[in-house]
Amino acid sequence: MEYFIQQTVNGLTLGSIYGMIAIGYTMVYGIIGMINFAHGDVFMLGAFAALIAYLILAAIFASVPVALALLVMMAVAIVMTSLWNWTIERIAYRPLRGSFRLAPLITAIGMSIVLSNFIQVTQGPRNKPIAPMVSKVYDVGGISISLKQILIVVITIVMMTVFWFIVNRTSLGRAQRATEQDRKMAALLGVDVDRTISITFVMGAALAGVAGTMFLMYYGVTVFSDGFIPGVKAFTAAVLGGIGSLPGALLGGLLIGLIESLWSAYFSIDYKDVATFSILAVVLIFKPSGILGRPEIEKV
Amino acid sequence: MAANTTNSPARPGSLVGQALREAVFAGLISFGMFVLFVGLKTDQNMRNELVLTQRWGLLAVFVGVAMAGRFLMVAAVRPWIAARKAERAARPATVAEAGPIRRNLHYIAFGALVLFPPVVVALFGMQGSLKFVDNFGIQILIYVMLAWGLNIVVGLAGLLDLGYVAFYAVGAYSYALLSSHFGLSFWVLLPLAGILSAFWGVILGFPVLRLRGDYLAIVTLAFGEIIRLVLVNWTEVTKGTFGISGIAKASVFGIWSFDVSAPNNFAKAFDLPMSSAYYKIFLFYVILAMCAITAFVSIRLRSMPIGRAWEALREDEIACRSLGINTVTTKLTAFAIGAMFGGFAGAFFGARQGFVSPESFVFLESAVILAIVVLGGMGSMFGIAVAAAVMIGGTELLREMSFLKAAFGPDFTPELYRMLIFGLAMVIVMVLKPRGFVGTRQPTAFLHERKAISGSFTKEGHG
Repeated sequence: MEYFIQQTVNGLTLGSIYGMIAIGYTMVYGIIGMINFAHGDVFMLGAFAALIAYLILAAIFASVPVALALLVMMAVAIVMTSLWNWTIERIAYRPLRGSFRLAPLITAIGMSIVLSNFIQVTQGPRNKPIAPMVSKVYDVGGISISLKQILIVVITIVMMTVFWFIVNRTSLGRAQRATEQDRKMAALLGVDVDRTISITFVMGAALAGVAGTMFLMYYGVTVFSDGFIPGVKAFTAAVLGGIGSLPGALLGGLLIGLIESLWSAYFSIDYKDVATFSILAVVLIFKPSGILGRPEIEKV
Repeated sequence: MAANTTNSPARPGSLVGQALREAVFAGLISFGMFVLFVGLKTDQNMRNELVLTQRWGLLAVFVGVAMAGRFLMVAAVRPWIAARKAERAARPATVAEAGPIRRNLHYIAFGALVLFPPVVVALFGMQGSLKFVDNFGIQILIYVMLAWGLNIVVGLAGLLDLGYVAFYAVGAYSYALLSSHFGLSFWVLLPLAGILSAFWGVILGFPVLRLRGDYLAIVTLAFGEIIRLVLVNWTEVTKGTFGISGIAKASVFGIWSFDVSAPNNFAKAFDLPMSSAYYKIFLFYVILAMCAITAFVSIRLRSMPIGRAWEALREDEIACRSLGINTVTTKLTAFAIGAMFGGFAGAFFGARQGFVSPESFVFLESAVILAIVVLGGMGSMFGIAVAAAVMIGGTELLREMSFLKAAFGPDFTPELYRMLIFGLAMVIVMVLKPRGFVGTRQPTAFLHERKAISGSFTKEGHG
């Protein structure tokens, strides 16, 4: 039982990271109906930005309080991923809006290749390890919960609350929801559609930046190819929860994290990715609208 | 770098000012984007700790290029494009009669390919020809075949498949395993690999019949990854990441062999000096023939009832169903036939490399093949071949550019930039020509006379 709870805790931590990345997929898919394939690599970029920020801090100051260091890393990662995703949307997706559906998917795949290879070329192909930043571990009735895990879950909850508030309670969120429902009508009613879409990309990227920082802090290592697998899993999470739905993305992320860690614990660690991908396939085949998503109505 | 899409009418005086403003803006954005990733490099020092190396000169180059590019874009390229468009619109639309070269382009291209190996051997000698025949000829033709196979699924039936490499893997592993365990020859296993792949096409196609568009793409991606992960982890059979090596070579229908020790060795039989080039040239003709068969079959299928059904399915699935077309068999045949060609190419790949490992069947390969199909212009066979030649040949060319070492110092390895440039090319070509290199399609059903139509009239399918 303790083992089970321990694995559940680990799974929830991992799931929080997936959930944060999944928000970026789900928001972009919701608003313009495209799979932003490069989003996983934007997440990787966030991890690298955090890594470099950490190294700059370490180079300038002898010792920095961990909380402050984390905040700075997160801020740098958010700025970097936002800037990159904004630019990517501008040069690779916006010119193709209104073109056929496959076109932005192809540029997104192209951008994904560009981002991971850009980091490989500029930062080198090797693993980038850092010294553990947060190493405190609490023992709760035989289950060890590390401070890292608590931090990740808390930050996820905070970010989700902020995002939920933005989407549901601000005029920006209203513009986003309007654009999602009917782009042309929203434009006619005075919503700046291009700007709204740009902001959506920036918001998704900001969360990917936070997730990248958390990923770096949790595993203490990152590498240029880290974007693909978490990216696909986060997309799976977004689909599982119901694409277009913010709580769905988080729920899906948590489920994927749980499945992955429990599968590794009780079955075989080699096939944990197979389990995730199979779930993706099964969900899409039997319930394409996901857990919390609305079923798509086909217009003839 | 950063696109600012303000299309104010161009007055010559303000144009330069606007271009300058946008160039400064692009400079700021690119400075922000690159300051951490280009300006600083993470390196490991002697104690295995990460340290930062500073590269401000390189950063300045990046920002400078972005600014200059943006300036030229706004000040020169955009007005030029606008002027050209206006000029074209002013001219009455005339359709030039296709000349004899243009009309027979396919045959000319095929003939040139047939003559390619002898010409290369004559120019560079036996050993010198290896590089061209193998790295360029065979490599490009494998991708042409894969892309034509995928074109049946994506271009004709409109089913977006992101896991096509799975069938390539099935073909390659079928050949590798069956030839090493049962000693069967290439010519027996080639059709068998195709059949097995087609079988997998049906198995994987069956559950996704109800899915459409992006969802289909993601599930096929998942299937592709599952197959790769099984190949990695099922070590008793596939030897995992080590891969299977020592795969038998293909022979000339069992008459001559290319094994050095065999008594019926090709070179010995004709009293020729020993060289590995014969095998490569032989393989070149094999893959050329396989490509020709693929092209022939897809062109013929297109004007057969099943091909018509595929294209109808691509245009409108609901209309298709209400006209009594069985969409289940239509989709499954598309998957199966597309997969079959992937399997053929896979078996060929195994025979050519003599080694297969899961490394060769990553998602990136699927993405590259799909990119070739889309960049060539979905449904246009010739465009796809051109796209394969440009994209694969172009990246292979980078390997050869050792003279760049002289320009950028001995540490410069052009191979590293291969995929980076490939990705950039994908984005740029797509943005400039969303309908691919060949923007016209030849309909198979027409009234009175066959006319090429614009690619924008064909849909890309939802299912």
